[in-house]
Amino acid sequence: MIRDVEHETMPREDLETLQLRRLQAVVERVYHLVPFYRRRLDELGVKPEHIRTLEDVRLLPFTAKQDLRDNYPFGMFAAPMDQIVRIHASSGTTGKSTPVAYTQRDLETWAELMARTLAAGGAHRGDIVHVAYGYGLFTGGLGVHYGAERLGAAVIPVSGGQTRRQIMLIQDFGPTVLCCTPSFALYLAEVAQEMGVDFAKTKLRVGVFGAEPWTEGMRQEIEKRLRLDALDIYGLSEILGPGVASECLEAKAGLHMFEDHFLPEVINPATLERLAPGETGELVITTLSKEAFPLLRYRTRDLTSLDYAPCICGRTIARISRFKGRSDDMLIIRGVNVFPSQIESVLMETPGVAPHYQLIVDREGQLDTLEVQVEVDEGAFSDEVKQLQALAQGIQRKIKDYFTVSVKVKLVEPRSIPRSEGKAKRVIDKRQQ
Amino acid sequence: MKVEQISVFLENKAGRLAEVTRVLGEAGINIRALSLADTTDFGILRLIVDQYDKAREILKDKGFTVGKTEVVAVEVPDRPGGLGLVLQILATAGVNVEYMYAFVQHSGKNAVIIFRFDNLEQAIDLLQKEGIHIYKGEEVYRL
Ligand SMILES: [Zn+2]
Repeated sequence: MIRDVEHETMPREDLETLQLRRLQAVVERVYHLVPFYRRRLDELGVKPEHIRTLEDVRLLPFTAKQDLRDNYPFGMFAAPMDQIVRIHASSGTTGKSTPVAYTQRDLETWAELMARTLAAGGAHRGDIVHVAYGYGLFTGGLGVHYGAERLGAAVIPVSGGQTRRQIMLIQDFGPTVLCCTPSFALYLAEVAQEMGVDFAKTKLRVGVFGAEPWTEGMRQEIEKRLRLDALDIYGLSEILGPGVASECLEAKAGLHMFEDHFLPEVINPATLERLAPGETGELVITTLSKEAFPLLRYRTRDLTSLDYAPCICGRTIARISRFKGRSDDMLIIRGVNVFPSQIESVLMETPGVAPHYQLIVDREGQLDTLEVQVEVDEGAFSDEVKQLQALAQGIQRKIKDYFTVSVKVKLVEPRSIPRSEGKAKRVIDKRQQ
Repeated sequence: MKVEQISVFLENKAGRLAEVTRVLGEAGINIRALSLADTTDFGILRLIVDQYDKAREILKDKGFTVGKTEVVAVEVPDRPGGLGLVLQILATAGVNVEYMYAFVQHSGKNAVIIFRFDNLEQAIDLLQKEGIHIYKGEEVYRL
């Protein structure tokens, strides 16, 4: 269902007029309030009044994660502290995490966009929303929380961890909507099976999963095991948190970006050249309405493509394709670019292989090696050595065919790959150790 | 005429085989025959036990990947050429032996060999026609 019919189904022309007006305002804002942007724009000889069409976004400088680190902690804030009412921080995998800030109006926008996201999944007043995203500095928990409340739904703020207890709550409280990471959803399925709990007997109807890239195969697995519609949502703390883009229940084909608040571009990460709709590259977002933490052309490192075709759900806002990985996660194996998500999709096509895998990158002499560890479950198990070897070799061959990279597939016992209660650790790169 | 065999997927890590035997031992399950087929990466442990269902349940509970295979227990005369005769009969009829291993216990003077064939029914039929003794499941579990 569409929560904000005016903004989500706006004729493209009107939407672009609105985007331009907001883009001009945000450039004006950062030019006057953020010294970093003032310096950058001056260096480029760009003044706010040079932004006359939406195309002029190209005149603006990119913002990289490193720029946020360089201005640690509060250098990028575009509002004085007496107008800031919340601070979150992005999960910094390397070095310090970078703080992000919200004014009261930013929080209103966030709750509204997250409500739109949940509505796109068919959630409504009367639903019970089980929020298993982490609460805290991470934007996931609180972001979804306020969106669900805004929608008028009842929230169970479970946060992460205590998996068995979560399953008990799902049985007893009867939530209809589940919000967590896709890998945690699979973990729930596994633990539930262990406990002898059948998801068909719970009231869960839809799952809103994000915070890590996942594949179509994983969606099928989750839908089958948890007996619900699984939707992909997108957000990142630097831009907002959850609520940037969301799949609709009707199409489940690409994530609608709330373009009245965000201006998306897709670029070639190497040349920074802008790519046409349909071409895969790095997603770049300019925030159009943020007060405390506006960003110009923020390089998300997420790989996707843009689709402006109208959707069967009636929305006119652009869709980004399911993520194809992160440009940071890209592994270079003997000169070939490999994304963990691509390996995952090969595994998903292989019957009997559990959706748990780990990639071990190492170096033998001067040569990079990639070992794909795959758990063998009962469906794939055979008591004949040659059958299991054929399974491993089949996966090896497929990966070689698709990515022209030779890997070693190692079959491992179920549960030998560490399970995550948050983001999955898919890659262990021993070359850096 | 068929015997139920449990197979267990094992990573080649120290202690995994011992873990299986320990778990079964603690549950009072007797291992009647055992063979380990291993490669550099993984192994397949094949077991004939006295309590099939209980063993399977316990191993699954402990997180092992467990499979079930039907095999045939053949009494092979304990003299030179005894095994050769059995293999000859099967080869002539084009039945393939996927694998075989010996039972720990002898039955009187003769050896008991566990066979996995590509065509189980045909193999049983052929061997019986040649007067070779095939054990029933209950006999094997109690040997
Ligand atoms: Zn749609």
